[in-house]
Amino acid sequence: MSDLHTELKRSIIEQLNLEDMEVNEIENDEQLFGDGLGLDSIDALELIVLLEKDYGIKLTDPNQGKQIFNSINTMADYIEKNRTR
Amino acid sequence: MNRNYLLNDAIISPLGFTTSENLTSIRNSETALKLHRNSRYFKEGYYAGLIDLDWINSKFSRIGNPGKYTKLEKLIILAIKQVIDPSQNFSTRSSGLVLSTTKGNIDLLNNNDFSADRIYLWKMAQVIADFFELKQKPVVVSNACISGALAIKTANDFIESGRFKNAVVAGGDLVSDFVLSGFQSFQAISSKPCRPFSNDREGVSLGEAAAAIFIDQEQSAVGESVHYIDAVTANDANHISGPSRTGEGLYQSISRLFNNSGVDPSKVDYISAHGTATNFNDEMESISFNRAELNYVPVNSFKGYYGHTLGASALLETILTKKCLLNNELLASHNFTESGVSVNLNIIREHKRKELRTALKTASGFGGCNLAMLLQKQSL
Amino acid sequence: MSEVLYIKNSVLIRDAKVYQNGRLYYEDTKSPDISIFLKNLYKSEKIRYSKYFKMDDLSKLGFIGTEILFGGNIENKETALVFGNAASCLETDRYYSETMEEFPSPSLFVYTLPNIMLGEISIRHQLRSENIFFISEKFDSSLFLEYSKSLFNQGKTDNVLCGWVDLQNNDYDVFLWEIARSGKTYLNEEELKNIYLPTHE
Repeated sequence: MSDLHTELKRSIIEQLNLEDMEVNEIENDEQLFGDGLGLDSIDALELIVLLEKDYGIKLTDPNQGKQIFNSINTMADYIEKNRTR
Repeated sequence: MNRNYLLNDAIISPLGFTTSENLTSIRNSETALKLHRNSRYFKEGYYAGLIDLDWINSKFSRIGNPGKYTKLEKLIILAIKQVIDPSQNFSTRSSGLVLSTTKGNIDLLNNNDFSADRIYLWKMAQVIADFFELKQKPVVVSNACISGALAIKTANDFIESGRFKNAVVAGGDLVSDFVLSGFQSFQAISSKPCRPFSNDREGVSLGEAAAAIFIDQEQSAVGESVHYIDAVTANDANHISGPSRTGEGLYQSISRLFNNSGVDPSKVDYISAHGTATNFNDEMESISFNRAELNYVPVNSFKGYYGHTLGASALLETILTKKCLLNNELLASHNFTESGVSVNLNIIREHKRKELRTALKTASGFGGCNLAMLLQKQSL
Repeated sequence: MSEVLYIKNSVLIRDAKVYQNGRLYYEDTKSPDISIFLKNLYKSEKIRYSKYFKMDDLSKLGFIGTEILFGGNIENKETALVFGNAASCLETDRYYSETMEEFPSPSLFVYTLPNIMLGEISIRHQLRSENIFFISEKFDSSLFLEYSKSLFNQGKTDNVLCGWVDLQNNDYDVFLWEIARSGKTYLNEEELKNIYLPTHE
């Protein structure tokens, strides 16, 4: 597991107040929304803020989020390709 | 339940200083929504209905010192001033004030121009009540975007309970950096003026307004008047920031309202919808109206004229609804092009005359709240 | 004519203590800090509801108070929510405004309306009932009483949960009570003040 994956899990737990979760409880390919981690629409908006704040990525089309935020793997891939910081 | 009358009213918005000025602007298909480039939250600018402070100060200087009151306080005071002057039954001793706002003087949060307690909604209400030397403690309703109509319901309930002999309901909100940045963080702000119920809608536009109405058990003038029948609220119990896909809360509020009041849905001549122009809201409303068998009833949203005026919106729209009943006119749903909701509604495309008697006003808001209210015209 | 109504149950939360029907129910001697108090109280109640941690402190206060008042389950789905406070959600307004400078936070902004608490309680207990949120300088029993009576008289409910849930500068004052057609204590302003006042300085 890359540092980026762990870093993402840590900041998701912190930013989205997943108080009762640990880093090792989130699988890399686990669905973040729906049945998996059960995140909701406000979490999605907060993840958009996280991308901008931590990685300098500004999502202009909110619909892009659906694919990017599918799992930790998809998020990490997208960040690797698009990060400006 | 007694049925109180909706009497003198006032709307202050970019479309006019009085209700009749506002109506004239609407009949001329004017909109308050203009492009503004003064916000760091919008590189390309944003559309909103903003009220010019100099204009308000010049109006206010005739009745008080503009430096002593915040912009929102001045707007609400100016609106109240219009509705109490000519009312014979208004009394500083026994009349109530019910105030509707979501964020009040939130623009004072990082600003020391006024005493620190002005940020409290109760304090703002007290400042306004003191301006008119009202003896009754003002009541403040802050329940997201249904506040304006919920304040009307509260005034009627408190007249019935004997707390007030009659009441002024007033409301207002500003387009502050606070709400602009918040709605932007929700990615809810449209890059064009908002287009309620249209297939090309892409979110809300915000607007500033203040409104006031005088509600009394007695009808002050001869001729036709509009009275409040009843209002019902219902929570969606679905999500704090979005409506349920089935429109359950709004549907519940409408169907319980019909049950409670004994009014048959077929008697509704016109619906003033919430119509914020977000994807989810408009879709949810169309589903609720359809479930309540109201999809054929002429319906509009006033948001295309004003934007979403938050704590003022349902009050302002109730006043316009009252005027439509009295004038027997249906006003076009501004910026409507082609239907963009899954259930076809009878959206009013152009202004027209129609005999009207009974109207339904609805509103929905964050926290899952929904409200439905019935108004009816009667002749004496 | 208005019917006879009763105060069925009550909960007070103040100063790291919870009182149920006048008796001390929970006390946290170690944590004057509200966020730790709210976390400890949640743990002690053995609730499993991960959304709790996403709420702002104001909503947490109303939510957990309701859990205690109803023992975790509001059976009567008609139960109307009549709430109020003095400071609206000023505390969260301040937190949100700090994020405005750089990256406005949507998850904070959503809590900058006091009635969000009613949404949280309604979602938890699947209530599609009447809602209202009042703002007043001080606890005003007459507002709650008159509005609740109207709901009963107009046939809009047969049970009401009233809540004064105020939070200012980390100081909180929570008073929740259930109004029903049966119970031990007659509902009137005096009784409400009697329950509200004793531990309040």
